[in-house]
Amino acid sequence: MEKEFNLSKKADEFLQMFKKGEEFTKNLLKENERLRFRIAQLEEELEKAGNEDRKMLYEERIRVLEKERDSLLERYKQVEEENKDFASKYLEVESENNNLANLYVASYQLHSTLDFNEVLRIVLEIVINLIGAEKFAIYLMDEKSNELLPAAAEGISLSDIPKTKIGEGVIGKVAKEAESYFIEDFGESGSSPADPAHPIVCIPLKIKEHVIGVISIYSLFIQKASFSNIDYELFNLLAGHAATAIFSSRLYTQSERKLTTIQSFLDLLKEKPRK
Amino acid sequence: MPNILVVEDSPTMRQLIGFAIKRIPESRIIEATDGVDALKKLASEKIDVILADINMPVMDGLKLVSLVRENPSYKNIPIIMITTEGAEEDRKKALALGANAYLTKPIQTQELMKLVTSFFP
Repeated sequence: MEKEFNLSKKADEFLQMFKKGEEFTKNLLKENERLRFRIAQLEEELEKAGNEDRKMLYEERIRVLEKERDSLLERYKQVEEENKDFASKYLEVESENNNLANLYVASYQLHSTLDFNEVLRIVLEIVINLIGAEKFAIYLMDEKSNELLPAAAEGISLSDIPKTKIGEGVIGKVAKEAESYFIEDFGESGSSPADPAHPIVCIPLKIKEHVIGVISIYSLFIQKASFSNIDYELFNLLAGHAATAIFSSRLYTQSERKLTTIQSFLDLLKEKPRK
Repeated sequence: MPNILVVEDSPTMRQLIGFAIKRIPESRIIEATDGVDALKKLASEKIDVILADINMPVMDGLKLVSLVRENPSYKNIPIIMITTEGAEEDRKKALALGANAYLTKPIQTQELMKLVTSFFP
């Protein structure tokens, strides 16, 4: 009986121990579960913290790149402005170059001959081709009568151009005062029928202040709407260079003629003793 | 090397056009004083572009254009006409005869260079 009691007591003890073991195991499993959950939480937090850092890093990079982009855009604008400036300077130089070529050609041609008629023809060519005048005349001063006589004309008959007294009308006044005359607005006058008394432009041909003649322009070609800077430069060039070219060629032609006369006279004198 | 035949009776214009053409790289200028002279130059030189004035003595530019277009050897050479007239009539006449383009005096160098180079082979 006592043996049975001891056995039952041991069985109870074992059962209690087993129950404790079961409870302990359950607690361990619960703790394990809790710890796993905590690990997962911590891992998630860690990942979030990493993303934040990366985000901050990227934002900083974006700021730097945006700054660089702004600076590059600013530089690009500056370069573009410089480029425009160079392009406009190039056009200016190009235009200046063309103007100089025109002036060189005009000057070269004016002094390329000593033939009076050839010089007059060259002056006509310059006024037609480089200025774009349609109707115009060249007057030369007759020192004896103190009058301006038409010497050459284009687009208008020489016989239709009357001689002009110094100081009379626009042409006479230009010859007297040695100052160029330009009509204020030749928009309509430029294409109207030529009136020899009313030029749109009148340029004195002068050697220093001594006027030897006048170039009188009555109309321009249809396509020539207005005068440019080069036209005024050409007028200045014509005023001086055409005057000297005309004057020297006239003197040369006269002296050539006199020389021929003297030579013929000398030849006659030489021939006389033979007879 | 493109050869450009400049047909112009005025020495002033020939010199001025010469200045512009010299600035076209590797181009060569050949000068003729009228249409007859131009035909002689066409026979002796290989010409790539013709620049011709309309108003010229001996043979004018319009006659030259018609003769060039009638000749199978030259008919494809581009012709640019130069004239003092801005009138539509002259322009039409030249173009109808076979001219390719038209320039009016006073000539703008840039325009001339641009037009000439546009016809280079």
